Amino acid sequence: MAKFESLTGNDAAAHALRQCKPDVAAAYPITPQTELMHKFAEFVANGKVDTEVILVESEHSAMSAAIGSSAAGARTFTATSANGLALMWEVVYIAASNRLPIVMPEVNRALSGPINIHCDHSDSMGCRDSGWIQLFCENGQEAYDTVIQAFRISENPKVLLPTMICFDGFIISHTNEPVAMLKDEAVSQFVGVYKPDRALLDVENPYTFGPLDLPEWYFEHKRQQVEAMRNSFEVIESVGAEFGKLSGRPYGLMDGYRMEDAEVVLVALGSTCGTARVAVDVAREQGVKAGLLKLRAFRPFPIKQLRQALSKAKVVGVFDRSISFGIEGGPLFHEVRSSLYGGKQPVIPFVYGLGGRDIRVEQIAEAFKTLQQVGKSGAMDRDVEFIGLRD
Amino acid sequence: MSKLPNWRELATGGIVPKGGNSDEKDVSGWRTYRPIHDKQKCINCLRCWIFCPDSAIQAKDGKITGIDYKHCKGCGICAAECPKKVTAITMKLESEIKKD
Repeated sequence: MAKFESLTGNDAAAHALRQCKPDVAAAYPITPQTELMHKFAEFVANGKVDTEVILVESEHSAMSAAIGSSAAGARTFTATSANGLALMWEVVYIAASNRLPIVMPEVNRALSGPINIHCDHSDSMGCRDSGWIQLFCENGQEAYDTVIQAFRISENPKVLLPTMICFDGFIISHTNEPVAMLKDEAVSQFVGVYKPDRALLDVENPYTFGPLDLPEWYFEHKRQQVEAMRNSFEVIESVGAEFGKLSGRPYGLMDGYRMEDAEVVLVALGSTCGTARVAVDVAREQGVKAGLLKLRAFRPFPIKQLRQALSKAKVVGVFDRSISFGIEGGPLFHEVRSSLYGGKQPVIPFVYGLGGRDIRVEQIAEAFKTLQQVGKSGAMDRDVEFIGLRD
Repeated sequence: MSKLPNWRELATGGIVPKGGNSDEKDVSGWRTYRPIHDKQKCINCLRCWIFCPDSAIQAKDGKITGIDYKHCKGCGICAAECPKKVTAITMKLESEIKKD
């Protein structure tokens, strides 16, 4: 029987990072990530881990320092939220295109403005095309587990891409939950020692890092990033399965709840999936054959697996905790509907929870009823429905 | 284009996978102005050799022997650093040189 600790999501992630023994961490504080780095810095100060912590003057510098450190051959992480990620933007892309396996807990928070410190996914979604792997977590346990897996995924020679571990600000980051931790030695063994093929500090094998990539070259390097993302599907799944053998908690690209005979299916990310499981049960009691498809990997986006998982659904609702202005529905909706291209089932957009607005079981159960009606009517095009908005 | 490596053959991450490769790169096409060195005027003070950011001033045994036009980008620092009374280096428009 696993031993459980009462930890916030931030503390759980900090413990996971400590156990992975990073060589270097460079970070700048921003709510709700601050507590994570606070905890990690405490571990360093108390001699629990010998990571070199670089205190920088901004998130742009944090990611820049992480890039330098990773290129030098060090296992490196940083962490951020919302506007911190936005300030990093330029170098977020550079980390991915230079193929550096940096790991970054991204504690989801709404982007300003108006200024807000609470959860939504607008920050992560803004850099969905940056070339980072993005894995979403449902709770503190998943944040802990995913941080550990992230190093293995990123550092795999077939991948060599940075990984963002996305977990909901405050809802996960600041809420105490039971978290089963692995022993330090078990994590150390699972993650292994980072041995990069090439490192700038290897003076015997010099190379040029970050040179100008003119029109004759740039396109080929982008194609290599496409290949790395394609390779990452298999790596995420195999690392998740291996982690399952170690911990009893296997991971894949997605996870279903009561999907076996589900006709009305909701697709969602993050902590809302916990609420949605209860809502599925409620909707089932009300006579709706409801199911939940929790997506873990948003990048890479598992089109084939998603299509397979939704093949029996008569209607699909997509819950976005972020918004794309000028088009109906959010980024998750567009990816899901695109994945189901050619299918006959209606795919319906919902936007909820912006700026940390609560989402409740009864609201999701109501969405299931709406979906069932839409499914019967067969209406394919429908404007986005806002859940929890004062209308 | 056909001689260049395809995406499978290229080193990942946009790196140049070996050291010392800047020597192979011909940057003469970057030049708008070409420095012309006059051996008669030159007093071999080596200021141009010290200041050239691309190590394109060639010298041997304390004397300027010429300019490496494959690596000279035409910035004009050599001409600016050449003592005013000497002016052994003058900058000429590449387009005018080609007309000659």
